Amino acid sequence: MNSYAYTLLIPLIPFFVFLFVGMAEDKLKGKLGGLIGTVGLGIATFLSYYTAFKYFITDHVHGTAYTSVKAFEITWLHLTEKLTINLGILIDPISVMMLIVVSTVSFMVHIYSLGYMEGERGFARFYSFLSLFSFSMLGLVLATNLFQMYIFWELVGVSSFLLIGYYYEKPSAFSAAKKAFIVTRFADLGFLIGILILSFTTGTFDFQTLVDPNGPAISSAGGAAFMGLSLLTWALILIFVGGAGKSAMFPLHIWLPDAMEGPTPVSALIHAATMVVAGVYLVARLFPVYALGGPVALEVVAWVGAFTSLFAAVIALTQTDIKRVLAFSTMSQIGYMMLSLGVSGYGGEEGLGFMASNFHLFTHAMFKALLFLGAGAVIHAVHSNDMSEMGGLRKYLPITHMTFLIACLTIAGIPPFSGFFSKDEILVAAFHSNKILFGIEYLVAGLTAFYMFRLYYSIFWGHDRHYHHTPHEAPLVMTIPLMILAFGSIFSGLLPFHHLVTSDGLGFDSHIDWMIAAPSILIGVVGIAVATLMYKTENSRPAAVAKTFSHLYRWSYRKFYIDEVYLFVTKKIIFNYISRPVAWFDRHIVDGTMNGIANLVVFCSFNIKGLQSGRVQQYGFVFVSGVVALVLIFVYLL
Amino acid sequence: MTLNDIMFYLFAGSILTFSVLTVTSRRILRSAVYLLFVLVSTAGIYFMLNYNFLAAVQLTVYAGGIIVLIIFSILLTSHVSEKAVVAPVRQQIFSALATAAGAALTILTFLQYAFTPSASPAVEANVHNVGLALVSYGRDGFALPFEVISILLLAAMVGAIVLAKKEKHLATAGNQPKINPDNSSKS
Amino acid sequence: MIDNIPLNSFLVISTLMFFIGIYGFLTRRNLITMLMSIELILNSVNINFVVFNKFLYPNLLHGHFFSLIVIAVAASEAAVAIAIIINIYRNFKSIDVENLDQMKL
Repeated sequence: MNSYAYTLLIPLIPFFVFLFVGMAEDKLKGKLGGLIGTVGLGIATFLSYYTAFKYFITDHVHGTAYTSVKAFEITWLHLTEKLTINLGILIDPISVMMLIVVSTVSFMVHIYSLGYMEGERGFARFYSFLSLFSFSMLGLVLATNLFQMYIFWELVGVSSFLLIGYYYEKPSAFSAAKKAFIVTRFADLGFLIGILILSFTTGTFDFQTLVDPNGPAISSAGGAAFMGLSLLTWALILIFVGGAGKSAMFPLHIWLPDAMEGPTPVSALIHAATMVVAGVYLVARLFPVYALGGPVALEVVAWVGAFTSLFAAVIALTQTDIKRVLAFSTMSQIGYMMLSLGVSGYGGEEGLGFMASNFHLFTHAMFKALLFLGAGAVIHAVHSNDMSEMGGLRKYLPITHMTFLIACLTIAGIPPFSGFFSKDEILVAAFHSNKILFGIEYLVAGLTAFYMFRLYYSIFWGHDRHYHHTPHEAPLVMTIPLMILAFGSIFSGLLPFHHLVTSDGLGFDSHIDWMIAAPSILIGVVGIAVATLMYKTENSRPAAVAKTFSHLYRWSYRKFYIDEVYLFVTKKIIFNYISRPVAWFDRHIVDGTMNGIANLVVFCSFNIKGLQSGRVQQYGFVFVSGVVALVLIFVYLL
Repeated sequence: MTLNDIMFYLFAGSILTFSVLTVTSRRILRSAVYLLFVLVSTAGIYFMLNYNFLAAVQLTVYAGGIIVLIIFSILLTSHVSEKAVVAPVRQQIFSALATAAGAALTILTFLQYAFTPSASPAVEANVHNVGLALVSYGRDGFALPFEVISILLLAAMVGAIVLAKKEKHLATAGNQPKINPDNSSKS
Repeated sequence: MIDNIPLNSFLVISTLMFFIGIYGFLTRRNLITMLMSIELILNSVNINFVVFNKFLYPNLLHGHFFSLIVIAVAASEAAVAIAIIINIYRNFKSIDVENLDQMKL
């Protein structure tokens, strides 16, 4: 026990709120359930900020490295003398940073939902699920070992499943929930195998031991090899597969766009700001192992991230559902973070990418949550997700308009908004590592600016559409979170991340490299300018462009047919050639044996059940003739 | 052939005849009366064996008590002119075969066995001896069976009253739904 | 009185009576006639007890008393059985044994 023991309350408060609101759901009238959830999370948020303040400022001796502190730990499962599964709380720079991200966004979403979800059936259920998610996510962030992380990882998946399927009467919602769950679960298989291999080679689950540069994990890098790569590298790649599933990296991204079927606050919380960055957090958590033990795995991370960011950005260009545009933009931005981790080295200036990734994670959480909540306010006003049914909304939704514009500028990387700083760091890190990756990211930065402003102009500019009723600004309970997040989006870029969150705990000095920053601003401005040209007023230019690149347009619009490929592989190949024979075997051979035994018993019983007629005289007859027969046999025949 | 022999065969013949009639007569009340004749004839055999007390008990308890009870219950449960339902012929034939075989087997068995009649002087079963034996508890005393049987009688009396008493809910539930016999084949 | 009548004659009578009783038990559908068949069976047993007592152990009275006890048991049995039959009759409006096959369930 130490001075951080109170942090145990941070995940536990949402947990108890979940239990209470979940069980008393029917009894909680009106908004009571929501208020309980919001207050509970408010306390957790306060504790998180207090922890951050304490950890980064009061407890820190200037000039020394940030150390990781185990606030609390118990042994949960005792497997062998050496191998135990513990549950506990680990405080270190990235976990504290994630605490801030998760609790802030979650708190904002809790407040926002009080307005957004008003009058929905199952209001209290929504809040109980939100609390469950907050508990799981906080537990994941604070995990002291891989296995605890895995447990909460799955809990996060479950609560995501529950929240995507919140409108479970809608077929598209529950199939999206199933899809998300199955795809991430499939990826988690890789994660689990990776955990097992890693713990097999190192004999521990504990993060503190694992990330120790002199510990058993990194020294095992030269160990047994399999297909040209060391066992450790394979373990790290498999763990990354789990992270890629949660973070919607190509090719495991297919669940994220469909997950937008959930309520918009859920999309903001889970599918933009917190859960989907769990994969980034996972890699960041194990970063020293990746950097020192498996550079090949880190390269995989970088390339997957880069490809996903480009891929998603291209798709986002043509989508018309505003939430889906945001979903693909989320994928693209997470690709950035992965890439940044992938190009990073360990320690000091080398660790710029690591710092940039976490920095971007932080700012992205702010502006992406803001974008989603803004989109939610728009949807709230016009009751549609489709961009073609929106236009000219800036007159009706002034606050939403302003905050949305701020968020768009932030994501486009225009100074002095926070996105500029974090994206700039990523570009610098990429530039110093690999020019091709840098090129991809540079292109993606332009695309991002373009599609975000396409979205922005389509919603807020152009002429009015036929609305069911005059769109009205959202209530204060929804706009206040927007304003708070806008504030965060503007100013979080000024945080001295390179002193706080670094790969080895030691701060380093960083400065803006104008050689790279200037072109990146330029391409952002170009993207915005092109979008302005095409979409500010409605004209025929977008259609003309679409016609010129009609193949590319169609491919992008259909998301490069990845869903279709999955369907083909699963339905045509796996179902027909694997599942069906197995099902046949199960149905006819396994079940057949069991049914055969059962039928035999039934057949026999059916034929002898006449003996059990319940008629006394028949019993008497059998008894008498039996006695006669026995006497005959034993007295006369034997 | 002495008078004794004639009496014995008379009793034996009436026992067998009326036994058969008891179990074959289709009028239940007549069956009861035939049973009465069987019991009376049995009492006659007891007289012949010189067990006068037993014969008296047989007459009073069996012929007097039980037969009256049976006749009452017949009158309660069925109409006098009602004819009993006859069992299927198959059932009759098979039962007859089984019982005939059993009887033949038994008779064959004890005919092959040589009983050795005792020549020791007979104890007279007069009321004095019987009464003394019933209340003495040493060797040849029957105090314990006597007490046990009195408790049994008491219990039977209480039980019969409780069973036959008309209960309120039973009185109204005359037509209890029969459980569908098809259930057994499905379950 | 019985000097010239062999033991076996009595035994034949009681045996036949016993099996006639069994036959009645197996064929009569009416519960009361089944009860009467049981009385026949008990009676034949009584004859056996008495006859064995008289012929084989005339110096004792055990068989005699056993018969007495059997008569008492038969009386109580008849009383209880008739109470049950009346109860059945009240519930089923019939005392046909064919209808009473619900015990198997």
